[in-house]
Amino acid sequence: MDTFAHLADGFAVALTPVNLMWCLVGVTLGTAIGVLPGLGPGLTIALLLPITFKVEPTAAFILFAGIYYGAMYGGSTTSILLNTPGESATIVTALEGNKMARGGRAGAALATSAIGSFVAGTLGTLGIAFLAPVVVDVALSFGPADYFSLMVLAFITVSAVLGSSALRGLAALFLGIWLGLIGVDLQTGQARFTFGLQELLDGVNVIVVAVGLFAVGETLYMAARRHSGGDEIVPLRGSLWMTAEEWARSWKAWLRGAALGFPIGAMPAGGAEIPTFLSYYIEKKLSRKPEEFGRGAIEGVAGPEAANNASAAGVLVPMLTLGLPTSATAAIMLSAFQSYGINPGPMLLTTQPQLVWGLIASLLIGNVMLLALNLPMIAIWVKMLQIPAPILYAGILVFATIGTYGISQSPVDLVLLYLIGAMGFLMRRYDFPTAPVIIGMILGPLAEQNFRQAMTISAGDWTVFFTRPLSASILALALLALLAPKLYALATRAR
Amino acid sequence: MPENVVEARLPPRAGVGKSELALSLGLLALSGLVLWQTLEIPVSPIYARVGPTIIPMMTALGLCALSLALIVMALRGGWQTDEERAYRADPKALAWLAAGLLANILLIGSAGFTIASVVMFTLASKAFGSTRLARDAGIGFAFALASYFGFAKALGINIGAGVLERALEAVPGLF
Repeated sequence: MDTFAHLADGFAVALTPVNLMWCLVGVTLGTAIGVLPGLGPGLTIALLLPITFKVEPTAAFILFAGIYYGAMYGGSTTSILLNTPGESATIVTALEGNKMARGGRAGAALATSAIGSFVAGTLGTLGIAFLAPVVVDVALSFGPADYFSLMVLAFITVSAVLGSSALRGLAALFLGIWLGLIGVDLQTGQARFTFGLQELLDGVNVIVVAVGLFAVGETLYMAARRHSGGDEIVPLRGSLWMTAEEWARSWKAWLRGAALGFPIGAMPAGGAEIPTFLSYYIEKKLSRKPEEFGRGAIEGVAGPEAANNASAAGVLVPMLTLGLPTSATAAIMLSAFQSYGINPGPMLLTTQPQLVWGLIASLLIGNVMLLALNLPMIAIWVKMLQIPAPILYAGILVFATIGTYGISQSPVDLVLLYLIGAMGFLMRRYDFPTAPVIIGMILGPLAEQNFRQAMTISAGDWTVFFTRPLSASILALALLALLAPKLYALATRAR
Repeated sequence: MPENVVEARLPPRAGVGKSELALSLGLLALSGLVLWQTLEIPVSPIYARVGPTIIPMMTALGLCALSLALIVMALRGGWQTDEERAYRADPKALAWLAAGLLANILLIGSAGFTIASVVMFTLASKAFGSTRLARDAGIGFAFALASYFGFAKALGINIGAGVLERALEAVPGLF
């Protein structure tokens, strides 16, 4: 009951003309950058972080969350028409969606993906509204040791479990933690890893790292292999109106996808890949026409797309209630909170109810806007796919300059940006995931803070992490997550 | 699960993955640097137990262990996929792109954001194989100017006004 009252308050915040405008700007921008290959929500929010000095927090987060949701919608359009999944969570969409488009059913694929995203996004957002207060109640009893263990669990899952290699994921994570440690240690005032450079005392800015990895690194990578033959854009064919059969095959997949995506996204482990793969697998099992899979089965678009959007909503639960980001985009949003001096965590719902409930209500409104933007107006976004690569990537570099040079007007930041870009290029080339760098960089210092608090409380006794039941069980889970794939591989090999 | 999504277990390759080895050695060197810099952090005795060096030390040791494991993988043939390995990075494209980035660093302070951006934009589009450079420079100019006055000014970021920006701002009634 409480939740409904809060939601009503939230709508009062979200429905003011100014906030509606921010929401519309966010979802439009989000769709655009989702459609454009090479741009993602994390990068875009990083570029817009300076806005936090100008507008009040509610408006900024409505904008950021709109971009976050919008990018999910736009990304599926690109996956379906171009077969270039912008992010790993849309790989599955590309699998069946692109086949459908090639078979002349692009319209139906785009429609089931947009409506499925709407259904799952709405259910997921309502899920946040109902789950967040519950998590808060539980989280209020967490001590620093528990938080530290929770962060360790998130570290392990985002870097070691979700990627293609635990070693490379962890290496990326540690690199990120190190970048996060650079600067003055807030507890002792001690400078760490600053190499005597004045510029590094405040730490490395997350904007520089995110833009370097995502924009400059991506541009270098694409330039280095531009002869790989461009992907052809499948023209938009087929009616956007789904047939009765397509509706019948879609709606259950949407609901199942949402039911898979939200809980998995909301876990402090995160990750949108697992629910999309699971959903694909389940839909294939349950389909009455399994032979269509691999040749353009509509359930294979509807289910994973819904799972993807619901898990994107789920990720916001640990971010808002525990201050625990489990995706690069959520990590960058967390740094926006920090820039306002707001600490996401169990207290956020009581100290900033306007912000949280306004944000949730705004996401519900944004979903409606996104449905309108992505179905009737789909042709406009398809046009954006035709921007030639030279112009697109050259433009991305100009935006990267604005995002970084604006911080300090110092060419040193540009040099750092391009060095990190070169690192991003190598990481792409040698299959290191980049998201753990951002997560490690933002979450690392918070983990350290909790670690030291826990150690101070326990008077330097290391066993505190293993004697608190909650902390011990979370650490056991983390260990299990790390070792389970290995043990499974050993077991299957032995057989 | 769809086959092309799950990384196929790579068969052990003959020989040493040379580029992977170089990369892993680089990472090892970095972990050495982190370790050395961690040892340089002075620790006051008050914080001796939970001081500012514990997490940096764990990070250094973690990086070191991971790079050693990666070195072993590289010695066993490396991990790059065949598709990526078959790809020779296009040195010309990278050189044009690097020239563009360098020009941006050198020009932005003296010539200002717009001029630096046009030069970088044109060189970058050249890197991507564009042949209509005059057109690209024009697009870059319009794009940079629009970003400067639309985006940066709206956000209140100062992104390096040069001669051009100041001249335009001096025109009364224009902005």
